[in-house]
Amino acid sequence: MKKLIANREIDVNEEGYLVDFKQWDREVCECIAGECNVVMTEKHWEVVEYLQDKHHKEEPLSIRGIKKSGVINIKEFYALFPGGPLKKSTLIAGIPKPKSCI
Amino acid sequence: MSTKVKKMLFILSKATIENAYAAFVMANGARMEGIESEIFFTFFGLEAIQKKKLEHLHVATVGNPGMHIPTMLGGLPGVEALATKMMKKEMEKLDMPPIGEFLEILSDSGCKLWACKLAVDMFHLKEEDLIDDLDGILTIGDFYSRADQEGTQLLFI
Repeated sequence: MKKLIANREIDVNEEGYLVDFKQWDREVCECIAGECNVVMTEKHWEVVEYLQDKHHKEEPLSIRGIKKSGVINIKEFYALFPGGPLKKSTLIAGIPKPKSCI
Repeated sequence: MSTKVKKMLFILSKATIENAYAAFVMANGARMEGIESEIFFTFFGLEAIQKKKLEHLHVATVGNPGMHIPTMLGGLPGVEALATKMMKKEMEKLDMPPIGEFLEILSDSGCKLWACKLAVDMFHLKEEDLIDDLDGILTIGDFYSRADQEGTQLLFI
């Protein structure tokens, strides 16, 4: 389905996750973040880049991976993306929602 | 779709690997969904938060029909250790953290970890026997008072 994000028609799934990463850019990212009540800071961008990098290397994302990432610790991760950090951060990063239970 | 569950309270009364992981995965899963979670460790569940014991939990091979081995075989020396080793290997493949690391993840994620006062007294445990990340030692009444909002669920494992 289509959703109007940053005045552009973006393809998303029923949960709002981007279907085509090519449509993602910083402007789209900031709009989605705004909808999640997140104001992007340097640290947010760093995490978003880390998640996208992992996704492009087809490495699964997990909270344990975040702990080992060296980019951010779990406490900060929860503080930056309140209300479900991995769910929110992947939505903002324009990549699919992780399917793992851990 | 938004869930009506706002807070999950778990009581872990056994410290077999399968029970501890069930509680940990659900408590962590709740936090990952933006749901509050807390675990109350009571009776043998306390083994999962004792510094000296937490990395030595076992799978129950006796009285566990899910193992698909005769109960008598499950009681033979070494069978429980072998089954535990195999299960830990499978869990590692799925990137499931060991108990100690899982407790750290839970604590960092904002999941509160409580020890049951009655059980702590019964097993003659001291605070220094328990993990540093523990949030405190509570009576069951204290724990009920943690169910302080609409949408709280309490689960006994």
